[in-house]
Amino acid sequence: MTITTDVLVIGAGLAGERTAIQVASRGLQVILLSLVPPRRSHSTAAQGGMQAALGNMARSQGDSPDVHFEDTVKGSDWGCDQDVARRFVTLAPVAVREAAYWGVPWSRVVAGRHKLPDGDEVEEAQQKEGLIAARNFGGTKKWRACYASDGTGHALVYALDNEVLKLGIQVHDRMEAVALVHDGQRCYGAVARDLRTGEVRPYLARATVIATGGHGRIYGHSTNGLINEGTGMAIALDTGVVPLGNMEAVQFHPTGVVPGDILVSEACRGDGGYLLDKDEHRFMPDYEPAKKELASRDVVSRRMVQHIRKGLGVESPYGPHLWLDIRHVGKQHIEANLREVATICRDFLGIDPVHQLIPVRPTQHYSMGGVRTNSSGRAYGLAGLYAAGEAACWDLHGFNRLGGNSVAETLVAGMVVGKTIAEDLWWLDIPSSERVAASLAQEACRQVEERVHRLNAGGTEHVFDLRNRMSNILMEKVGIFRNGTELAEAVEKLTEVSHRARRLGLQSGGAGASPELALALRLPGMIRLALCIAYGALQRTESRGSHHREDHPYRDDAHWLKRTLATWPPGADLPALSYEPVCITELPPGERGYGESQVLAGTEKVHG
Amino acid sequence: MDKRTLTFRIFRHNPFDPVSVPRLQEFRVEETPRMTLYTALTRIREEMDPSLQFDFVCRSAVCGSCAMLVNGRPRLACRTRTEPLPDKVTLLPLPFFRLVGDLSVDTGTWFRDMGRRVESWVHQHRAFEPGAEEERMSNEQAQAIYELDRCIECGCCVAACGMAQMSPDFLGSAGMLRIARFLVDPRDHRPEEAVFEVIGTEEGVFGCIGLLACDDFCPKDLPLASRLAYLRRRLALAAMRPSPSTTTGPVPVR
Repeated sequence: MTITTDVLVIGAGLAGERTAIQVASRGLQVILLSLVPPRRSHSTAAQGGMQAALGNMARSQGDSPDVHFEDTVKGSDWGCDQDVARRFVTLAPVAVREAAYWGVPWSRVVAGRHKLPDGDEVEEAQQKEGLIAARNFGGTKKWRACYASDGTGHALVYALDNEVLKLGIQVHDRMEAVALVHDGQRCYGAVARDLRTGEVRPYLARATVIATGGHGRIYGHSTNGLINEGTGMAIALDTGVVPLGNMEAVQFHPTGVVPGDILVSEACRGDGGYLLDKDEHRFMPDYEPAKKELASRDVVSRRMVQHIRKGLGVESPYGPHLWLDIRHVGKQHIEANLREVATICRDFLGIDPVHQLIPVRPTQHYSMGGVRTNSSGRAYGLAGLYAAGEAACWDLHGFNRLGGNSVAETLVAGMVVGKTIAEDLWWLDIPSSERVAASLAQEACRQVEERVHRLNAGGTEHVFDLRNRMSNILMEKVGIFRNGTELAEAVEKLTEVSHRARRLGLQSGGAGASPELALALRLPGMIRLALCIAYGALQRTESRGSHHREDHPYRDDAHWLKRTLATWPPGADLPALSYEPVCITELPPGERGYGESQVLAGTEKVHG
Repeated sequence: MDKRTLTFRIFRHNPFDPVSVPRLQEFRVEETPRMTLYTALTRIREEMDPSLQFDFVCRSAVCGSCAMLVNGRPRLACRTRTEPLPDKVTLLPLPFFRLVGDLSVDTGTWFRDMGRRVESWVHQHRAFEPGAEEERMSNEQAQAIYELDRCIECGCCVAACGMAQMSPDFLGSAGMLRIARFLVDPRDHRPEEAVFEVIGTEEGVFGCIGLLACDDFCPKDLPLASRLAYLRRRLALAAMRPSPSTTTGPVPVR
């Protein structure tokens, strides 16, 4: 049974739902495909906050989209597109207020004097009482992260999904898009596999949006939800014509708990938490006297690994880690504002953070890279294909994303991309190509069914074994510190895994919702993403943001102030890489003002 | 502490496999430090039986995917550490919801339907103004809404509910809580009659027979019993006094 719609949105997290709301409010028919019921999306796990320059707090005085812009560009290590960043910072306050209108219970300003955990006092202004509050986050000049108690992501997902319900938008959950329907010029929808029944079904659409989130789970240790396997990026790459941007830009979060890799929020450090080593010494001020624990994520993560490498980590059966200390923040504050953090410690580690230290280490967290689109959300390479949120690279984050910018990005991107689609479809006369689309879809379905058949026919390689091999290679050789030798080894070993994946076979039957079959269908695409990351990182002989080369420790604007584009030619062993310039409209490359000084001397002139 | 070998007795059935018969299957797993049911089930799937179906997404008790019956009680599996459990652990899928396979059930469809029935969205009577400052609200009020907004739709309350097992149209305490959430929200302007139309019925507050297992098993410790009592009180008061919008008589309560 073929399903036809105006707009097909793949992924029902914040980016997908916000896009769907935008196009539905323009009167277009939209279907959301989701691996899970939308409220279970990984967006729900965003604990910390959403950056938007409302300037309501004492410590946000003087904040504006301009300051937010500067923080974002510096954070990206000048890897972002500044036209996108400008549009983003302008729309983020609107997005926050719109979310309030939809029912998000944002925490509010309470006027009067308040004592901060570090002993300072602030006076919140009477005339700001009741407006949307903000908290401190790493890498920002002002307090700008709006939050809903300890569950910002949850509150946003529920509010947006409520709007989706209200607008009567169709949601097809437990459906996985496994291939795009296209002719090399235009995208006509996707082939999806029903994760309840195993049935393969075409969805034809005039516009198709990839909003599937990140690829964190291809790494061995990730804070990402288990569904974040980069499937949307992989099916775009599989077209052979759509490039992925900056896949080597992978962010590690400083505080994943050990074991389990569950994220404890940036808010812990924003609200005054310390990082301690095995001697319970607070080491961050030694490295970063100004920003201390609140330098940007890439800097803090690297300092932590650096400190562990000096032998100052805490030994454990799960490898060395460091401590996060929030004891001095106080029971009342922890229970009120960091409740999810306290809950994670108690329920998953058996630790009470009011009295005990939390074991943490840097863990894969976010993909700055993704399906390359222009600043309006149109994917390169195929007309009718769009992308939004973490799955996309439009490129707001460059080589490092600021905490709180991803949640804000999902909503802003949804607004922008939704508007683009509505405009594009206004002009597009599609009925004439419906027959073309239907036959392409049939062929795409047949190919998927053939893959399923081959997997059932018995290959020698096992799914979980190869997946673990891939994720260990990435973790060990394409992690926080990188170098040419290890990256070359990673590329070689991943290529071998990729070859072995051609002989994948199922150990169990593939009937119904078989989890083994689902992973077997995804795995070759995941390995290709891993190769895009490793190969892109190998070629980029500089350090920029989260991409840190020990053998090339400086940012090299003369050669590398550009974005990597990776496409996968049919049948190739490796991605084809090309590069394009970064869009710089306002802020010329300079020092980030925090973290290591790492710009290659004399290079500013070239692009200054 | 001696290392334990845990025996998991797990419900198995694949409704899409014509030869599948519902049964319990045993798996033995050596316990490791800080093991949770997520760790244990993942090991069983990856090392013993790749066909085993279960649902985890966040593995940190925020997404509500992994509720199941653990030795007879509905719980989030990801948040269940094995250490306090006995050597033998029986895992069954949540009752009430449609089975997808093994430990996986379709909670999504039920909750979506509930959301539509209670009109789980803010009923505004003005349009959003992109250029305007946000409407003010006290932080206390925001906290009060957030408290009731914390439901993760895991289904433990409905699975534990005696009434829901007998009456599939019962809104359950999750549905009641959702209504209560919008009643405390000053941005919501739905008429009171509309609320009572939905919950003043056998499918709503009058269906509840007061077993309150929902309140015992909610993994988020939501105030399900007190909100249920609150809604009943509101309903009773509304029935006794003239309705603000119709001065002719009490709100009709079926």
